Amino acid sequence: MTVNFFRFASPASFYPLARRAAPWCFGVAAVLLAAGLSVGLVVAPTDATQGDAYRIIFLHVPAAWMSMFIYLVMAFWSVLALGYNTRLSAMMAQALAPTGALMTFIALVTGAFWGRPTWGTYWAWDARMTSELILLFLYFGIIALRNAIDDPRRADKACAVLTLVGAVNIPIIYFSVKWWNTLHQGSTISMTAAPKMAQVMLIGLVLMVFAAWAYSIGTALARVTSIIVERERGAAWVAQLPEMHGAPA
Amino acid sequence: MSSVAPSIAFAAAQPATGAVAPAFGWAIARDLRLAFRSRAELGVQLLFYVIVVTLFPLSTTPDPTLLRTMGPGVLWVAALLASLLSLPRLFAADHADGTLEQMALSPWSLPAIVSGKMAAHWLTTGVPVVVLSPLIGVQYALDGASLATLALGLLLGTPILSLLGGIGAALTLGLRGGGSLLALLVLPLCVPVLIFGAGAVDAVRSGLDAGANFSLLAAGLLIAIVGAPFAAAAAVRIALD
Repeated sequence: MTVNFFRFASPASFYPLARRAAPWCFGVAAVLLAAGLSVGLVVAPTDATQGDAYRIIFLHVPAAWMSMFIYLVMAFWSVLALGYNTRLSAMMAQALAPTGALMTFIALVTGAFWGRPTWGTYWAWDARMTSELILLFLYFGIIALRNAIDDPRRADKACAVLTLVGAVNIPIIYFSVKWWNTLHQGSTISMTAAPKMAQVMLIGLVLMVFAAWAYSIGTALARVTSIIVERERGAAWVAQLPEMHGAPA
Repeated sequence: MSSVAPSIAFAAAQPATGAVAPAFGWAIARDLRLAFRSRAELGVQLLFYVIVVTLFPLSTTPDPTLLRTMGPGVLWVAALLASLLSLPRLFAADHADGTLEQMALSPWSLPAIVSGKMAAHWLTTGVPVVVLSPLIGVQYALDGASLATLALGLLLGTPILSLLGGIGAALTLGLRGGGSLLALLVLPLCVPVLIFGAGAVDAVRSGLDAGANFSLLAAGLLIAIVGAPFAAAAAVRIALD
């Protein structure tokens, strides 16, 4: 059986799929979030050295991972948008940007709240924090560039170029704790070694990571349906959608 | 721009499609000639750099130990701002009178033309900053080794600022609020340059070797030289669509 992935490269055929999938993603995210938070805040034991302050990692680590990963996904869509000139790829990149900025913001704020009781400061000019802050500015820059350009096709391409140029920052953030000996701790979890944390904490963290994934996919799909309808409002298939009836032309 | 039209016609007559060296040479010579015909503008940029650097001791403290600590960072930030100030003009005038479109249509390689323009931008804004930096560094009570490190770091780093800035200038061509948007796009990308450049002087001041910082700056410069002209040329084509 061969699946033609390019079928879904057309906004018209992707729209119903995204519209149906988005509520499911939000449902999954809500279930995982409830489970992850109850494991993280109730079941998991108090940490021996950091006390209860460590519990913020259940929000901080998933948000920080998503902030970098969403940027990589945007870079992937940008490559497709420039290479294949597909409109939907650029729309996906556009839909992901606000969620990426939100995740970066959450990672920075929760990090500050964690840093106050454990490091004794809200903010330090450490390599990982600084590069995460730059990532937030990059997201803002991409969103601002998009808003400044009236022609959506030009905005698509310009944002794709900017996204790819800024992608240099991602490995810098990711490896900053290895390259520089700074305040931010190294990673506790890796694919190659046994995790250096209690089983229960790990389960809570994994649940929260998947909740963040489901939430990000859900928001991106919900946003992309709005973008598709807005951009294709002149197309006949949009006018025929049942949800368009009664809407002002 | 009467001197431009025959050159373009000459370019169109050349059989060498996608020629790199003549395109680079032509663009750099043309932009330098245009820059020297408005020398006053160049002087204003340089004055801006000097005045920004002078503001810091006046607004904070004349204490030499503190100045020595923050001097390299202040000089780097001022160099970045001076480079940023002149970036909107990199493509704007050529875009406004249609010259840029002719460049994009010519059989010469657009990335080569764009890199010629970026090189001219560096020669007119980056090089004066590098040359002036030891003199201004003395205002900040820096010693000889620090001054040499600062100048060498700026020599490696300011071309990166022009190259990255060129991408931003091409992306924001003809947009509303282009100047501040350009700053928002370019400044975050320039942060690593700033960190390594100012870090080199800090390393020398604390008795360490600045080699690692210089290596990173040089690596960044090489990556920018290879990548930025293509990104900027793509951005120019997008803006002309």
